[in-house]
Amino acid sequence: MLAQNGIPTPADLAGVLPPADRLAQGPVAIAECYQNIPCDPCYHSCKQGAIREFIDINERPQVDFEKCNGCGTCMSRCPGLAIFVVDATYSDSEALVKIPYEFLPLPEAGETVTAINRAGQAVGEAKVIRVQNTRVQDRTAIVWLAVPKELMMEVRHFNVKGVR
Amino acid sequence: MKHREIAIIGGGPAGLAAALRAANLGARVLLIDRSDYLGGQLIKQTHRFFGSKEQRASERGIDIARELAAGVTANEKIQVMTEATALGYYEDGVLLVEHHNKITAVKPDRLIIATGGAEKNLMFPNNDLPGIYGAGAVQTLVNVFGVKPGKKVLMVGAGNIGVIVSYQLLQAGVEVAAIIEAAPRIGAYWVHAAKVVRAGVPIYTRHTIKRAYGEQEVSGATIVQLDENLQPVPGTEKDIDADVICLSVGLTPLTELLWQAGCQMIFVPELGGNVPLRNEFLETSVPGIYVAGDVAGIEEASAAMMEGALAGLNAAASLGYTSESLASDRKNVLAQLAGLRSGPVGEKIRKGLAQAML
Repeated sequence: MLAQNGIPTPADLAGVLPPADRLAQGPVAIAECYQNIPCDPCYHSCKQGAIREFIDINERPQVDFEKCNGCGTCMSRCPGLAIFVVDATYSDSEALVKIPYEFLPLPEAGETVTAINRAGQAVGEAKVIRVQNTRVQDRTAIVWLAVPKELMMEVRHFNVKGVR
Repeated sequence: MKHREIAIIGGGPAGLAAALRAANLGARVLLIDRSDYLGGQLIKQTHRFFGSKEQRASERGIDIARELAAGVTANEKIQVMTEATALGYYEDGVLLVEHHNKITAVKPDRLIIATGGAEKNLMFPNNDLPGIYGAGAVQTLVNVFGVKPGKKVLMVGAGNIGVIVSYQLLQAGVEVAAIIEAAPRIGAYWVHAAKVVRAGVPIYTRHTIKRAYGEQEVSGATIVQLDENLQPVPGTEKDIDADVICLSVGLTPLTELLWQAGCQMIFVPELGGNVPLRNEFLETSVPGIYVAGDVAGIEEASAAMMEGALAGLNAAASLGYTSESLASDRKNVLAQLAGLRSGPVGEKIRKGLAQAML
């Protein structure tokens, strides 16, 4: 459980995941934010108006999956690095998972990295498709990983090979 | 003897915000800090802050420090005295400041004390071995001086500071063996916790450090599980190898000057220890002495900036300075503070503050 070990349960996840039919339409943001804390930059960052306005700053983000186009702008603004974008339509066998990443070295496109789950365990390999790291990301790079589709809701981190 | 309208002690987030707001209303301010830089603990905070847009959420502490310090330095109404230590406050309202081996006496019309907090320690056998640090020292080494404290760290305390410093250690390429926490729940925001856990650091709640071991320096620690009554569970001891043990077990307000000034104090565990009683203007029981930030109760930097703004506005207003927007500025800051403290994670602060009002 999150409060005991920092790992969300399947029930926690079920509350924030987009429905299957929306996932089948392309990239969409998932806000893995489970605690009522005073924080609202995701709302202010979304140009699509896809994150509902906070009446109380302690509310949790509510993503309108129909309005969200998966652009990922919110990912680099979330202080908790808790927003991910998943594109289940990337290929027949692979999905794209976009991960906020603040470690060095940054991987390069084309590189194979070790895919890591929310518990910090290696679950397979992933291919780096793109690394967004401009002023817009402001030192929170966004790394696009192609992962086997069955791992798209598992992979939330990665290790660059040869780097501890 | 120097006369000043407002003297502010402490150039951290609260002191900087106070100086800017007071000077913008027109008051002449003397800002005193013992370091050779402005920004206090902000200069080590490489992570993005929580909060709302007005409190600069999503910006990094290091960037906020740079901007606030630049604003203060450029403001001609603010005189900055760094490498200056406020030594004492006397009955006649005189503040003694040591600056470059010289003692200066300052008599301010208003005094804002924004001295922040100090780290608490933890008692366990061998806690004096080299390699055992407070989290603040580790953060200074890594983020200010670019020095790794060691190769493998055991972090004690899963509050925001313990978890964030663990994350920053990982960013610096230092291994974090585990974070242990005596409480049954992680105190840090869970998004922070999730961030370090997926980066491979386990968090063990209901665990404490039984003893550190090592000959010349620390080489590890025995940790033990705790039961509901916080008593060690026999047989659950486990050794963790580490050449650094980092203690992040809370902060306590740095209140010496307030005691000297004769401010009424009260012990409030929710606020980290002894804190001054204050009114809604952040004025203490001694007229003309205001408080802001961690010295008034341990909270986040965003709250410290808001309190600083409030104390700065109020101190300047009490000297007769005003502006068309004074009332709405004050109301706005109060509303933001209330918002920050309104949720479930603010419950402890609300409970604490309720005991500390004049």
